[in-house]
Amino acid sequence: MIAETMARGMTRRTVLTGMGVVTVLGFAGAGPGLAATAAYEEELAKVLQGRTAKDGRITIDVPQIAENGNTVPLTVTVDSPMTESDFVKTVTVFADGNPRPEVAVFHFSPLSGRASAAIRMRMATTQNIVAIAEMSDGSLYQQSAQVKVTIGGCGG
Amino acid sequence: MSTAVKPRVKAPAKASKGEIFEVKTLVNHEMESGQRKDRQGAVIPRKIIKKFTARYNGRVVFSCDWYPSISSNPYLAFNIKADESGTIQYVWEDDDGTLYEAESKLAVN
Repeated sequence: MIAETMARGMTRRTVLTGMGVVTVLGFAGAGPGLAATAAYEEELAKVLQGRTAKDGRITIDVPQIAENGNTVPLTVTVDSPMTESDFVKTVTVFADGNPRPEVAVFHFSPLSGRASAAIRMRMATTQNIVAIAEMSDGSLYQQSAQVKVTIGGCGG
Repeated sequence: MSTAVKPRVKAPAKASKGEIFEVKTLVNHEMESGQRKDRQGAVIPRKIIKKFTARYNGRVVFSCDWYPSISSNPYLAFNIKADESGTIQYVWEDDDGTLYEAESKLAVN
């Protein structure tokens, strides 16, 4: 019966919308490092320390288009049980095209309950936001999201 | 800066044991990035809040390091898991060493 309901609910529109979402996500994921700076590569290497980060577990919530680069809202959440034996230690956030690519480093603990934090950041230009999460067992995860910036926010 | 820095915190006063609640904070601070120049072309020196720490009955439950890419009047939201009644202390540390502090009380049942 559930299958029947789903089949009926699956109209042409929902199918197309679903495909649209897949296309957009696919594009964002494969987005070229538009303006990644040498400074970013350097800071990223410091965090990775020769290790490789796996994809997934991180959700970056940012607007696709930011009209004002002076204050762009960002929420980053990492999927984790946040127990004493399995929690997210740190999340490092980079804006790969800013003059100083580091944005923030969040330090969590099991008493954080949820590995999630929200801030507002400056973005000089259209670029990628990159988040690297380090788990309590030392494993690394990485995720990125592109934000198109209309008016840059570093006031040169 | 002409106005005094005054942190604001929005946190619940009550929670059940094991509940995860959100804390929202806001501080009025210019977060001068060190990237801007004045009319004479001289670089305006960096002056930002570089560190935030939340302590729950003395235990560090969440902290973060901030860089010049953080917007002025920085907003921050994060979570805490309620396990005992007590005090949550919030400290922001300026580049010049000044500490801005706030606290909230939590009753856990």
